[in-house]
Amino acid sequence: MNKKLLSAPYLLWAAAFIIIPLLMVLYYGFTDKTGAFTLENIAAIATAEHGKALWLSLLLSLTSTLICLLLAYPLAMILAKSNKGKSFLVLLFVLPMWMNFLLRTLAWLTLLEKTGVINNILKLIGLPALNIINTPAAIILGMVYNFLPFMILPLYNALTKIDSNVINGARDLGADGFQTFLKIIFPLSIPGVISGITMVFVPALTTFVISTILGGNKILLIGNVIEMEFTTTGNWNLGSGLSIVLMIFIVLNMVLSAIFDKEGEGTAL
Amino acid sequence: MKKWISLVLCITLFTTLFAGCGSTDTPNGEVYVFNWGEYIDEETIKMFEKETGIDVIYEEFQTNEEMYPKVEAGATTYDIVCPSDYMIAKMVDNNMLAELNWDNLPNAKQHIGAQYYEKSEEFDPGNKYSVPYCWGTVGILYNTSMVKEPVTSWSILWDEDYKDNILMQSSVRDLFMVGLKLNGYSMNSTDKEELDAAKQSLIEQKPLVQAYVIDQVRDKMIGGEAALGVIYSGEAIYTQRENPDLEYVVPEEGSNVWIDSWCILKDAPNKENAEKFIDFMCRPEIALMNFEYITYSTPNDSARELIEDEDIRNSKIAFPDLSEYNDMETFSYLGDEADEYLNNLYKEVMSN
Repeated sequence: MNKKLLSAPYLLWAAAFIIIPLLMVLYYGFTDKTGAFTLENIAAIATAEHGKALWLSLLLSLTSTLICLLLAYPLAMILAKSNKGKSFLVLLFVLPMWMNFLLRTLAWLTLLEKTGVINNILKLIGLPALNIINTPAAIILGMVYNFLPFMILPLYNALTKIDSNVINGARDLGADGFQTFLKIIFPLSIPGVISGITMVFVPALTTFVISTILGGNKILLIGNVIEMEFTTTGNWNLGSGLSIVLMIFIVLNMVLSAIFDKEGEGTAL
Repeated sequence: MKKWISLVLCITLFTTLFAGCGSTDTPNGEVYVFNWGEYIDEETIKMFEKETGIDVIYEEFQTNEEMYPKVEAGATTYDIVCPSDYMIAKMVDNNMLAELNWDNLPNAKQHIGAQYYEKSEEFDPGNKYSVPYCWGTVGILYNTSMVKEPVTSWSILWDEDYKDNILMQSSVRDLFMVGLKLNGYSMNSTDKEELDAAKQSLIEQKPLVQAYVIDQVRDKMIGGEAALGVIYSGEAIYTQRENPDLEYVVPEEGSNVWIDSWCILKDAPNKENAEKFIDFMCRPEIALMNFEYITYSTPNDSARELIEDEDIRNSKIAFPDLSEYNDMETFSYLGDEADEYLNNLYKEVMSN
């Protein structure tokens, strides 16, 4: 009884701010402006503009997830192994997250601009200018920068949990460093990898802020289309329909991670 | 039993949550204002609060299109909004605005120039719903250190020489205005062929465009990020102050003359306070403060008289003589169907 009572605030929160909004999205997504049932809003994903936006979003978010994984894994291993100043190092990676997400992205704008900080420095030392602002590359950079900590932390968590005796055992039995990694460390860190991928892929797939700021509105991602439907063009039905399509990809990702991460190890920070 | 307890908890939580919203202890109530971003000298709001004891709750939006669904959804009941011409027509059409009681707006009657009321008739026949707050044109701002030739036409924005050096507006109507004018059509066209032609031009232009932005045109032009940018005349004066290399021109094909006006919403809970606020903003000395702060042209003739700097008072940018230009138009509301068609074309341009 007591335990249930304690969960009441959370249940209330979940009902008010998760369940009800989701139901509203479903309602809007499957109705037209007059309130009649329709599948048109879902089918709208097949139009050239929407399809292209979804494809681009998938491409950019998968690329940045992969880059995050490649950058984060060695780092998480170093973090997990180091004894001295470990908490300081972790703090270094969490620290940027204390700053507002928008500010961090805007900072990249001033860094990457044509007359921005980076280009001024390059010019000073006589190197050619870097022209990646308003391109997909800038958006990927923004995604990697903003979501990297979400990859590092679950990986670090999974790696620290590996019993060092297991690794020592492998070495005693004659495995070299690479073999130990391939057969022991990596398989044991899979839950961390999977939850890291989820935590980077989902926000990257749905972002519209990063593409607006660093893409100069020239690259339309599916998040931008949905945002546009809700704010400027005011077609909530279409916006909801496209959100539902996007949710399918997110649910797919969740199912995959549930299969690999049965004990929920990786998600516990 | 358990269910009862959680139900009671729910109810108490909800009631206490919303109890805070209704009652504040200001003597003369409050007024909810929804205005464009960076579109007022905040000092004037403080002065109004001090003088009247009315609490001003002030919120901002970036585009008309963003403002409309927020007001329509009614999550916050605003009293005053400041939409542009065509959006006022749309709101009147959808029965969202309250008729003004001009007896309570003596300053607005006395100080706003007659020509602006006349211009307002285009979207607000009979001047029933709106009090002009700011007005201006849309044109090209260019950096004379990067653009050596004279700028006279929208077509310079399609010049390959300025690839990656062009900034366009990202709001639907402002973007398509340029495309339509370039092709010699009215910016209020609802003809699908004309709109498609404008779309085609904008798609052709896209590789040359550095970014589609709104407020950032100002900062990017000041910083020398781009050579040419489509901008509101009000921003032009400010940018010239910051970077003397910048020049503003209204292209010969014609452009947009716009008016942003104060309107009171139909279901405004604080109509009287709203009238007081609008009338306060029409006082010449207050209008002057706002003009000097935001540099958007004021329709307040008495305030214009008070401008000390002669160059600004007679500035062709701030106070253009519209009879000198051809084909200057004010946006009109296109109707839901054409609106939707235009929105789809916009999406095509953006995703291309």
